[in-house]
This record gives sequence, structure tokens and C-alpha cells, in this order.
Amino acid sequence: MSDSKQSESRISVAKTYKLYIGGAFPRSESGRVYPVTDPQGKFLANAAHASRKDVRDAVVAARKAFPGWSGATAYNRGQVLYRVAEMLEGRREQFVSEVAASEGLAPSQAESLVDAAIDRWVWYAGWTDKIASVLGAANPVAGPYFSFTVPEPTGVVGVLAPQASSLLGLVSVLAPVLAGGSTAVVVSSAERPLPAITLSEVLATSDLPGGVANVLTGRAAELGPWLASHGDVNALDPTGATPEDRITLAREAAGTVKRVLTVPDAEPDWTPTPDLSRLRRYLEAKTVWHPLGV
Amino acid sequence: MGIFEYAPAPESRDIANLKDHYRPFIGGEFVDGSGEPLKTVNPATEEILAEVGTASVSDVDTAVRAARKAYDTVWSKMPGSERAKYLFRIARLIQERSRELAVLESLDNGKPIKESRDSDVPTAAAHFFYHAGWADKLEYAGYGPNPKPLGVAGQVIPWNFPLLMLAWKIAPALATGNTVVLKPAETTPLTALVFAEICQQAELPPGVVNILPGAGDIGAAIVEHGDVDKIAFTGSTEVGKLIQRTVAGTRKKLTLELGGKAANVVFDDAPLDQAVEGIVNGIFFNQGHVCCAGSRLLVQESVAEEVMEKLRYRVSTLRMGDPLDKNTDIGAINSAEQLAKIRGLVESGDAEGAQRWTSPCPVPDRGFFFAPTVFSDVHQSMRIAREEIFGPVLSVLTFRTPDEAVAKANNTPYGLSAGIWTEKGSRILWMANKLRAGVVWANTFNRFDPAAPFGGYQESGFGREGGRTGLEAYLSV
Amino acid sequence: MTTTTSPNAAPDTPAPLADVTRDEASLRRFLHGLPGVDQVGVEQRAAALGTRSIKKDAKRWAIDTAISMVDLTTLEGADTRGKVRGLAAKALRPDPERQDCPRVAAVCVYPDMVEAAVDALKGSAVHVASVATGFPSGRTSREVKLADTRLAVEYGADEVDMVIDRGAFLEGRYMDVFDEIRAIKAASGEAHLKVILETGELATYDNVRRASWLALLAGGDFIKTSTGKVSPAATLPVTHVMLQAVHDWHEQTGELRGVKPAGGIRTAKDAIKYLVAVHEVAGEQWLTPDLFRFGASSLLNDLLLQRRTQVDGHYSGPDYVTVD
Repeated sequence: MSDSKQSESRISVAKTYKLYIGGAFPRSESGRVYPVTDPQGKFLANAAHASRKDVRDAVVAARKAFPGWSGATAYNRGQVLYRVAEMLEGRREQFVSEVAASEGLAPSQAESLVDAAIDRWVWYAGWTDKIASVLGAANPVAGPYFSFTVPEPTGVVGVLAPQASSLLGLVSVLAPVLAGGSTAVVVSSAERPLPAITLSEVLATSDLPGGVANVLTGRAAELGPWLASHGDVNALDPTGATPEDRITLAREAAGTVKRVLTVPDAEPDWTPTPDLSRLRRYLEAKTVWHPLGV
Repeated sequence: MGIFEYAPAPESRDIANLKDHYRPFIGGEFVDGSGEPLKTVNPATEEILAEVGTASVSDVDTAVRAARKAYDTVWSKMPGSERAKYLFRIARLIQERSRELAVLESLDNGKPIKESRDSDVPTAAAHFFYHAGWADKLEYAGYGPNPKPLGVAGQVIPWNFPLLMLAWKIAPALATGNTVVLKPAETTPLTALVFAEICQQAELPPGVVNILPGAGDIGAAIVEHGDVDKIAFTGSTEVGKLIQRTVAGTRKKLTLELGGKAANVVFDDAPLDQAVEGIVNGIFFNQGHVCCAGSRLLVQESVAEEVMEKLRYRVSTLRMGDPLDKNTDIGAINSAEQLAKIRGLVESGDAEGAQRWTSPCPVPDRGFFFAPTVFSDVHQSMRIAREEIFGPVLSVLTFRTPDEAVAKANNTPYGLSAGIWTEKGSRILWMANKLRAGVVWANTFNRFDPAAPFGGYQESGFGREGGRTGLEAYLSV
Repeated sequence: MTTTTSPNAAPDTPAPLADVTRDEASLRRFLHGLPGVDQVGVEQRAAALGTRSIKKDAKRWAIDTAISMVDLTTLEGADTRGKVRGLAAKALRPDPERQDCPRVAAVCVYPDMVEAAVDALKGSAVHVASVATGFPSGRTSREVKLADTRLAVEYGADEVDMVIDRGAFLEGRYMDVFDEIRAIKAASGEAHLKVILETGELATYDNVRRASWLALLAGGDFIKTSTGKVSPAATLPVTHVMLQAVHDWHEQTGELRGVKPAGGIRTAKDAIKYLVAVHEVAGEQWLTPDLFRFGASSLLNDLLLQRRTQVDGHYSGPDYVTVD
């Protein structure tokens, strides 16, 4: 028997990483996994390698979640996003170590990125119930009508998350989708997916309804075209694709007149506080008219 | 013959100052385009109105260079308050030449003079007035402290509202400090070229506005041109997709205003007589050549009979004929090609089992005309319920509950506009919230104003025209 | 006070609508169940139809038709028999120099002036219409209103222009209004009954539509906008709503009822706009003095001036038409 030995060198419980679709954590439909390593090539974990069918399932989940999430009050959405920040804060140490491992950073650098990611959720949480009054309008039309314009969420958004910035970049591209009331299918950084996976766990336990955010680990080059051409996806953020692939994706997206974000060639520094442009990209202006009479 | 026959009351075509020949406008001058001249036709008579010189691809390059030069040397440097004055001048000149523009528009497009006179031309002037005021106030538009123009805007517009669409495009572009190369539609270039004269009259610096008549290849050349910073297109979804594909991967900012298949939803508690007016206005305004036309009538089953009876009576009072006659309600279809397209879709409605009713109004012997037509017993699966007809053809479907109305209304890849008719306020707001469309008219239809953003969801395009929201399309934000 | 309606006093409500007037609750349900009228929509439609350009033969025809539809009216405290005789003479020969000029439809006076008008118009086709029922306010007892009506008919009025009890209408006592119209209809005997809604006091188009249907249900031969003593009097959109009511009434019952805008229509141009509305909203068959009238005094002279312009090919002047 080896009782004494066990206490000295306990074998850790290895985690099997899965996808996050519709509030659940399924394996890839394809059964594929791929090894995740740190920048030095040290093995970190196996991640699920999402397939086009996982994209399909995630879009179905995102569409199903859209009426509820877009119909929720802006106050409620703000509460949920703030709760995400709280949960992230609660698992700060785990994120710091994953960001450090994934991006090959010193703990102090990783800490500041995680803190910025938490603050970004807080920033967007505060926008949910203000954006309509900032972007909406009462239109002074020349006639006996009350005309007003309100921003409304675009729908289902396909997001190819940044490849380099595993957490802050991810949060910076996902939070504006959710804050405006759209739902998301995110393809995480392929090489650095661990913070995205942990973020999924945070989302799953933070009152965010299932399907509002779906996180796939896998290759943007493989999954991007399926999102770009999908008839039930309304907008596409090609940040995580290569500049060459972005052109192909934008062409694919034209087939259904998707809104495609224009993004800088090189991945930007995500640390400065953003402006409204990302939030605005996922909002449609709806103008309503009614006569004024007795 | 009725006992009260309205004698013809035609507006004189002399007012249009029609010339034999028109030319492209580049760098502040009318120039001989090196494209093959086109002959523009009066669709009401099939007579040739004028010969119009067109641009070639090399003229596109010349025009873009003129626009770039004007942008670099004059327009982007001019204070907003000065730019505003040019827009105000243009607005005034449109008003002063409104009769001429209205008659010319009706001649070239076929739309009734009462619409060009009371709607197109005054609204075009209003767009310039509205945007003139923005030119020196852009820092208050909500896009940051110092929003910048994009540069040279390439604009391609359709034939259904030739001057008005030009105004929707040029007014915000100039107000935000961009310069413009615009291609009017092949079949309706004339008012755009009178607008070019107005630019001269207003002493607009040369090159700020360039107008290039031509066909689709010229539009494509503008879209593809490497020194154009912004593309704005209004037209079919089919062409919109091509343009989006072309622009993909470039730094060009793009806005698209494309097709629609709007649902006009009538509940049983609606103000029925005004609903009938709204239905008629929704689909027969401008011969149905309206991207936001209420081409699908969704009527609650409990009032379907009553609405149909009222509708048929009302439609039978519409007067079709000479667009220049002040009493004409329905003018000519813009081209033989469009007429053939309408006929084809109407035949598909017959073949698929919808019930066709056509207004008994007399149809002129000459010209491209199509009598107002209403299909009942239409189902979502029929082509006439899904495809944009862009003609005076209404498809009537029924529904039983608000949820069903929403589901059917939203069951289209388009999302430009929608109508709601009910006297219940809470239902209006509930419906307005549920309908996936960029413009929702409740107890009214087809209202437009420069202060009210207009544009679509999904395959009806992206970006907005009008209001504060519309400025974004022409700013580097 | 008690109602004086007797079951046979006025024609019954047509069969399809008989149940509607069974009791107060049914009547209220029916009137409040009528589709609403959107103010902006109806005013836009009226304005749009007002842009019809009526020229040449159509204009000639419209002017003559309008003249033949005029209820030439004097309703003043200072009315005298002399004034009424003068008006009657004008009614018979609107344009003394143009024998082909049509006569007006009727002369409209207070009850005590009916005899004078009847005398002056004897043997002609021009009717005598009398306002009655405590015109213009109607604020008197039903006995007095009925007596007023009987007196007018006894003196020889062919047509009675009654006012509804707007107070009762605005209080929601629709059955009282209904009963009173039926009673007056019965008291009018052979005379045609025009029911004045006084739309300027009803305030909303919804009320105008309800009052129109109420009057039609009660047997009014015409629905009339106004007394002319309240501003606004006739307007195009109000007339649109009423024309729509008689059109719909015809659709439902097969019966033809008339409309009379009164007050404020002063020019031929305005009158033609009303005729276009009659033509396109109610329908062509309403283009007859049997189903459409203008209650007016000064309108006739402008129609005559415009008629001369059309016939002579040059503008005429006020000294070429008679002023009484």
C-alpha cells in the first residue's frame, strides 16, 4: 500500500476544458482537442477544438437568447455585467496566473491587465442604461408628429477575439456586444484560450442568461468563415483574424449585409479606456413616428 | 364617364427648361464626358427627352482628383460656419427653382407632379437647410470634440427619388466637410445636372461636388477607386452586396440603404379610414418605387373583409396618367425594364394562387404604366410576399394575434420599415419595440424628415441618413 | 322629462342596425365601437384632395352644381320679411343677366320667416328650409323644440334643420339625443330633416363620427356640420368624416343620406374642394342637391363671379352681382 506516499506527491485532478454554448459546457461536437502551451512551449492544458457545427450550435443558442437579453431592462443588463466584474474580482488570482502563463508575463504585469479587464466590465456595465439617452433622440420633424429614435441591439454578433490579449482584449471586444443587448458567439484566442475558458465559468455563474455569450476555443481561420457567411449572424468583429483573412471574411459577410467592424491591422493596446465606437457598432437606430392629434 | 370628369390640368413642360444636351459636371465645369452618351426617356410617353453625356472610367479618375484637390485645398480647411453658408445658398436656390426641378423630375422619372412638387423638391431643400446648420456644430454631435471628415465621398443613387436621394447624400457629406463624386441613376440624370448648375450659381468651390452620369460601370469605378474614402449607396440589395464585397478589406467607410419588404400591420381597433389612406400611401406613393414601401399588408382577420372593401373603393379613386397633370395620383413606371419586372412578379402571384384585383382605372396607351394592383390570399411562402416588387402591387396577408403579426412582419431578411395601425397606445409601443425595422410608422406611413434618421436593419443595409445619427456616415469616428 | 317618441313616429332603423338602438347600452357600445378617426390622417387627406386642380369644363360644371346645391341662408335677429323676399328673389334668379344660371336648392330662414319665404318662392322648385328646435343653441325644452318644428312645417317649410342637444351628447346621453332626433323627425312629417351636429362644439373627429351615425340611426335625411354661429363651422376634414359616414351607411343599409357643410364656405374655390371631396370620399352619386348642400350666404356671389369669369373669359367684379 502506498498511503504515506500519496500525501507527499498527490496527483492533481486535471481539468478537461470544454466549450461554453447556451449556458452549458459541452465538448466539441467533433471530439477534437488541442494542446495549449505557454509561450515557452510548456504544456498547460488541452482545450476543446471547436468545429463548424459548434459554431452552428452556438449561433442557435445566441439567437434563442437574444429576445430575452435584448428585451431585458437596461438596468438589469447593467446589474448582470457588474456581477460579472464582481465574479472576476473573486477569481482574480486564477486569472492573474492564467494570463501570466498564457501571455508569458510577470505576475505584476498580469495583475494590471486583469484589473483593467475587471474595470472594463464595470465601465460597460454603467453604459447599459445611458447609451439610449446618449445615442437616441427626439426628432424635431416639420409636422404634427412625435418622432423619436432609439438605439436597439443589432442581434447575434460573431466575435473573433484578439489573439494576443487573452483576457483584457477578450473583455474589450465582448463587453460592448453584451452591454448594447446583442448576444455573442466568441472564438477565443487560439493559442491563449485559458482565460477565455475561465471567463466562461465566470459568465455561467454570474446571472448572465445561458446563450447570451457563447465561447468557442479554436482557430479563427477555421471558424471565422462560418460566422461570416452565417445567415443568422448580424454582425462580425474580425479582430482575431489575420489582416488577409479579414478581407475574405468581409467579402463573405457581404452576402447577408452583415455589419463588419473595421479594425486596425495590428492588435491595439487594449489598456486605454475605450470610446463609444464599439458599443455604437452593435446598435441599430430605430426611428418611430406617431401623429399628434386629439 | 362620370359626371364630374376633371379636365386635364397639366403643368407646362416649358417650366423644366429642358435642354437637348446635358453634360457631366467635374471640377466646377460642365465637361464632355468620354463615355457613350445616353438618351434619357420620358417614361410616360416613351419619347426621348435629352441626350446626356456620360462619364468614362477615366472621367471618374478626373472627378476624384478634382474632389481630392477641392478637399485638400479648400473644403476641409474652410470653417464650418462658411461651409454652412454654401449649403444654405443651395437650399434657397432649390426652393427658387423648385417648379423647374419638379417638372423636370416628373418628366424624367414619371412621378406625378403633385409628388415632385409637394414632396421630393421641398424635402430636398429641407435636407440642405437642416445639414447647413450642422456644419459649424459638429463638435456637439456626440462624436467627440473634433470630429473629422473622411475626404472624398463616392455616392451612387437610384432613380426613384433622383433629386431627393441626391440631397440625402450630398447635404450631410458637405456639411461634415467631405467632397463628393456622385453618380445619378442611368434613367434619371437630369435633376442632378440642374443641381450642378445650382452649385455653380451658389459659387460652390470647384470640385466640391462632381456629378457623373453613367451606367453601373461608372458606379463600380467610383466604388473601386483607390482615392475614395467613403462610399454611400442607395439601391437594390443585390448591388449593395456587390459593393460591400468590393469595399471589403479597404479603408473605405460604407453605408448602404437597400431594399425592403415592409409590413403594414392593421389591427381591428385601427382608425380604419386613415389606415386605408396609409395603406394606399404606403404602396402607391411614387408608383410603389419606394424601398420602404408598405408592400405587405398584414390585416387582422376580424376586420380583413371591411378593410379590403374600403381599400378597393379607395384604390379605384386613384387617378393614373400624365405625370404632369396636377390631378394624377399614379404616374408612370420609370422604365420598360422595371415594368417587365413588375409584370413578372405579378404573374408569379397569379401562378402561386393569390387573388389579383386591379383598379379599373384607365391605362394610357403609351408609356410605361401599371394599374394599382392588390393581391389577397397571399401567404408568406409566395414570391410576392418575399421579393421586393418595387411597383404598385400590394400583397395582403392576414393574422390573428399580435404575436403572429410580429412573427410574420419580421419574417424577411429585410428590415427597413414597418407600419402599425391601432388606437391602443401600449400596443403601438409594444409593436414598435418588437418590429425589426429601422423606421416604424404608427398610425401614419411614409413620413420623412431630415431630422429623423432613416435606414435599415439586416439586408436593408447599414448606416442612417438624417438626424444626428446620419452624420456618423461622413465622419471619421 | 319623459320621451315623446312613439314606435311609429319615425322610420325604423334599417334591419342590419336595428339591434344597435335597442337600449342605451347597445347604442353606446355601437358608437364607441366605431373605428376612431386619426386627426392628422384625416386632415392630411383633406388637404391632399384640396390640391386637385379643377379647370375648364370641369370647373364650369362644378360651379353650376355648387350653385344648385346652395341653401341660401339668412339667420339673423334683424331678419325682416323684406330681407327674406329679397333673398328669395335672388334664389330664383341668382344672376339676372344669365338665364342659364341654375337656381339654388333652398332658402333657409328662421321659423317665423318661413311664410314670407314660401310666399315668395311659390310655384318654384326652390325649397324653403327652416331652422328649428331652439336654433342655434337648442337649449330649450323638448316641447318647445317640437312646437318650433311643427310651426315651421305648418308654415310650409319643405326642410327642417334641427340642432342636436350637444350637452346631452357630451354627457354621453346618446339615447336622449337619439330619441329627440326621432321625435323631431316625426314632427317634421313630410319635410326633410337635416340634423345639425354643431361639430365645432363636439371638439373631436371621433365625436363627429359618433354624432353622424347617431343622427343617421335616428332617421336624419341629412347630417349638417354647423349652425354657422359657432367657430369653427364647416371644415373640409369634418366634412370628410361625415361624407365617410354616409358612404358607410349606404354600404351597410343601401340607403342614401345627405351631407350639408354650413358656415365659413365663402369662395368658389372652397366649394369646389368640397365637391371633390363629395366625389372621391362619398362617391359620384352624392353629387346632387338631393344629397349635398352648402349652407351659405356669401358663397353664392363668389360662385356667380367665377361663373362669369368662366363664361365671359375675363374677371368680373362685385358690382356685377347683386347684393341684397
